[in-house]
Amino acid sequence: MTLEEKQIQIVEEFGIFDDWMDKYEYIIELGKELPIIEEADKSDDKLIEGCQSRVWLDSSMEGDKMKFVADSDAIITKGIIGLLIRVMNNETPKTIATADLHFIADIGLQEHLSPTRANGLASMVQKLKMSALKAI
Amino acid sequence: MIVENEKIPFDINAIRAEFPVLKQKIYGKDLIYFDNGATSQKPQVVLDAINKYYSQENSNIHRGVHHLSQVATSHYEEARTIIQKYINAPLQEEVLFNSGTTAGINMVAFCFGELLTEGDEIVISAMEHHSNIVPWQMLCERKKCILKVIPMTKKGELEMDVFDNLLSNKTKLVAVSHISNSLGTINPIEEIIEKAHAIGAKVLIDGAQSIQHMKVDVQALDCDFYAFSGHKVFGPTGVGVLYGKKEILDSMPPYQGGGDMISKVTFEKTTYNTLPHKFEAGTPHIAGGICLGTAIEYLSKLDIDSIQKHEYELAQYAEQELLNIDGLRIIGTAKNKTSVVSFVIEGIHPFDIGTLLDKQGIAVRTGHHCTQPVMSFFEIPGTIRASFAFYNTKNEIDIFIKAVNRSLKMLR
Repeated sequence: MTLEEKQIQIVEEFGIFDDWMDKYEYIIELGKELPIIEEADKSDDKLIEGCQSRVWLDSSMEGDKMKFVADSDAIITKGIIGLLIRVMNNETPKTIATADLHFIADIGLQEHLSPTRANGLASMVQKLKMSALKAI
Repeated sequence: MIVENEKIPFDINAIRAEFPVLKQKIYGKDLIYFDNGATSQKPQVVLDAINKYYSQENSNIHRGVHHLSQVATSHYEEARTIIQKYINAPLQEEVLFNSGTTAGINMVAFCFGELLTEGDEIVISAMEHHSNIVPWQMLCERKKCILKVIPMTKKGELEMDVFDNLLSNKTKLVAVSHISNSLGTINPIEEIIEKAHAIGAKVLIDGAQSIQHMKVDVQALDCDFYAFSGHKVFGPTGVGVLYGKKEILDSMPPYQGGGDMISKVTFEKTTYNTLPHKFEAGTPHIAGGICLGTAIEYLSKLDIDSIQKHEYELAQYAEQELLNIDGLRIIGTAKNKTSVVSFVIEGIHPFDIGTLLDKQGIAVRTGHHCTQPVMSFFEIPGTIRASFAFYNTKNEIDIFIKAVNRSLKMLR
């Protein structure tokens, strides 16, 4: 599945919710399912400090594809991280660096990626893309 | 002008009808606005005054000979008088317009700070907003002064016996909040002012959270400076007031240089204008000043005792209902509190609750509320803060409690 196909799939998944609370219920479930970074591994170099919630991000290479693990102390942030990682995982650095993550706006969550939101997500996407750029 | 016997009896429905923003739906739900500590909503009279200023009176003040400029100047100065009377300042020129509480504190830190020398001490408290911490740290760095902090108890009350020991003949200024924005504690500023004065120190009161909730009389308090923000007291954003005693303001050098603050300018020497203009360089927020006057006039017609009683009952009711929630802890349990309820819930991040409340039409604030040292003291990342104004109702609190419970069901 291409990065674009993954985005379309997520938009379709969210299409069944017409209520905001149902949407968030789903995000919270995703957050609960996300593999987390062990406390001991939450080193400062992985930390992205937001004003409200904190995010940890780690990346590695497997062949020519990138792998990400991430965590947050807030479950909604974690759920959105889960979506971002699902889209970005197993892609080449070049695809990641140039990805247009329109699915976030398509499912109505763009507020969470606004730099003013201060939940660490905007910085996380930036850091994710920077690590991809470095790997090109 | 304020007519004292014109008080309007407290009628919650009539009051709510004055605030158009409250009629809005957010995500299809009736807006419940519990973020009054951050900013207040504006009554129709203030909105009308903003519209009237820009559509009929807009012009620059103080220098114009033409009609509009004179109208705007007189309305701007009338607003100053309205505010002077409301806070009972002895003189009109002791009321300085600026952009808000932060600007007022920074001005004092810079200009009063110029009078300080190495080793002088400034005392603040453990529950200050960052804007009543950082300007003093900057001053201490600049003038090699020493910053001392009044500690607080786990209830969020200042340790007044420690305060006594912090004071010495080196103390030049005590800067404390009247009311803590993150805990709601009403500090014993009368006692603080009296004790500081006894050793010859001046006192600045950060009034950002107090003037909208209670009667403030700067002469009765005898504070040397009192700073507040227009937008928290039902006026526009970007305008605020610093009250300062004339003899102290006269002794301070000016803050910013520019138009309006000068008496005569030559390339060799410039002489400064008198108060209040000495501290008001450049074109001010004219609409802001005039409409803050309108907001204060509106407030002065309301019965402040009834407002205080209503807000106190709201906070009491909210705390009582919140405490039924499993794992919920109120942060800030001082005996003397205003209508701020800050809380945490075990195992739940404040951001998650805030996000879910938002989607149910409820505006609260989550995070550290610009008081990171307070959060460190209580060893929490942040709180969920509901802060009430007189236009809030018990019914809104019932909906809020249901929404918190619904959010918890989803998160747990």
